[in-house]
Amino acid sequence: MPANSILGLFAKSPIRPLQQHMDKVHECCQNLLPFFDAVLADDWEKAGQLRNVISGLEKEADSLKREIRLTLPSGLFMPVERTDLLELVKEQDRIANKAKDIAGRVLGRQLKIPALFATEFRAYLARCLDATALAAKAINELDELLETGFRGREVELVNRMISELDEIEHDTDELQIRLRRQLLAIEKDLNPVDVMFLYSILEWVGDLADRAEGVGSRLELLLARS
Amino acid sequence: MDIITHYGTALVLLAGLVGFFMAWGIGANDVANAMGTSVGTRSLTIKQAVLIAMVFEFAGSYLAGGEVTSTIRTGIIDANAFVGHADLLVIGMIASLLAAGIWLIVASHYGWPVSTTHSIVGAIIGFAMVALGNDAVQWNKTLGIVGSWIVTPAISGLIAYFIFLSVQRLIFDTEDPLKNAKRFVPFYMFLTAFVISLVTLKKGLSHVGLQLSNMEDWGYSTLASLVVMVAGYIYIGRKQYNPSDDKDMHFSNVEKVFAVLMVLTACAMAFAHGSNDVANAIGPLSAVVSVVEAGGAVAAKSSIAWWILPLGGFGIVLGLAVMGKKVMETVGTGITHLTPSRGFAAQFATASTVVLASGTGLPISTTQTLVGAVMGVGLARGIAALNMGVIRNIVVSWVITLPAGAFLSILIFWILEALVL
Repeated sequence: MPANSILGLFAKSPIRPLQQHMDKVHECCQNLLPFFDAVLADDWEKAGQLRNVISGLEKEADSLKREIRLTLPSGLFMPVERTDLLELVKEQDRIANKAKDIAGRVLGRQLKIPALFATEFRAYLARCLDATALAAKAINELDELLETGFRGREVELVNRMISELDEIEHDTDELQIRLRRQLLAIEKDLNPVDVMFLYSILEWVGDLADRAEGVGSRLELLLARS
Repeated sequence: MDIITHYGTALVLLAGLVGFFMAWGIGANDVANAMGTSVGTRSLTIKQAVLIAMVFEFAGSYLAGGEVTSTIRTGIIDANAFVGHADLLVIGMIASLLAAGIWLIVASHYGWPVSTTHSIVGAIIGFAMVALGNDAVQWNKTLGIVGSWIVTPAISGLIAYFIFLSVQRLIFDTEDPLKNAKRFVPFYMFLTAFVISLVTLKKGLSHVGLQLSNMEDWGYSTLASLVVMVAGYIYIGRKQYNPSDDKDMHFSNVEKVFAVLMVLTACAMAFAHGSNDVANAIGPLSAVVSVVEAGGAVAAKSSIAWWILPLGGFGIVLGLAVMGKKVMETVGTGITHLTPSRGFAAQFATASTVVLASGTGLPISTTQTLVGAVMGVGLARGIAALNMGVIRNIVVSWVITLPAGAFLSILIFWILEALVL
């Protein structure tokens, strides 16, 4: 790129990498479904493989995050606040970290999920992943937002997505409460340490939805300021 | 004085040569700025861009390039001061051309974003100060030129801002963006064509021997623009659109419509650039020619010899053809996330500002105007990220170019003076 061309003016767009990062995060979370299927089927070899996939995707997301941070020098003139973008990417990254933690913890202890609430647990997990999927969808609207100058219809559309995210998160809370009750009913027959772990895994899976909602509210802040 | 009468033809040939050299430098240096955005948005291939640049730079320089020439020639320096010193004027103008040309080549080599306009203005001021002292320079005129460096980016920024805002309101922020794009883009085409054709008729065609009244100017421009608009409308209607492209980006097809417009504004940019920047090369050249033809008399106003404009235009085109491809390749590969709709707004604003300013006879910098326009689109929140560091570099190089051009031209002037006089 010769400096005598005006095209040096155009800095690398932060928006596309941000979307790529979120897609990567979402892909990482999606692998939790087959992972838990393997866990429920007691197939620890497959679970181990899937955990490696999840961990690999989390690493990729990390390097994307780092790249975004490095390509956002302070001398940029952007339509949105620089700090908002950095906070957004941080929030996105926390989802992948959580997914990796869940997989690692379950595999490490070879944690058995009681068959009694296996189906319910799958539904709960799927709902939490709905939240991350929707967060990814909302982030994917960023380039359209740029086209409309962060105004008008496109903003309304994204705001609708964000409120839908809130609803999903609320759903997952309800599901979590029900699962805890079921666990409470059977916990006497289980290994106490496993029970403690089960409780915390329930909480962590719920965190996926919480953090997806966090991405939504970061996006909301970004829009509110522009 | 004998030198003019004795060596007149040789001097004219020399001036023609360095003028051609300077024009070549302009073509080589500015092609990226004039055409880069179109290549960057993939609206044009490199080959097409160079071809369009060649055709329209030449057309612009030939049809609308006469106006700025007189400012470069006599606006910066006081023609009366050179009465009786015609030899100094001739040598100085040759020195200025050579200095500016060398400076452009040096700057291109190091990749500094310099303005061709500034280098020649600096060079002329430099030699005039050495040749005849401060009084020979029309400082108030110079102030006007310097002022235009602030005013033109501001104007083009404003135009770009509002154009882009209107694009957002009328097209992107609607229920059916594609339908509205098809509806409104031809109108933007009309605007683009209108600005260009009006300036061409008003400013340019007098030396081709066409004299039209005001009413005729407006009428013909409207007519030509309507033709462009209808052609655009038909072409856009026939283009293939693929709804599935809009899956991950709702506006892919809308941008396809804008790509057509982008091609048109690219032509306008090349035209505007040719009309304004060719004067940098041929202004001093035509000063030399008119002095020699008048046998040493220095006239403030004289018509441009018939062969000068084509010479300048041809020099620019040659510079484009030789260097253009290389420059374009670097531009095309290192490109950005510029979309046709944004590029169109920036190019339209630049082209209209440049041709309007050329109409006033001010030698303005195309690069600066484009920077202003890009900033305008950025302010309308249309560009994902602009690198402010680069803007700073560009501005610094603009400021440095003046003294650099002056210094070089003084040096060459002294050398020539020692050799010739």
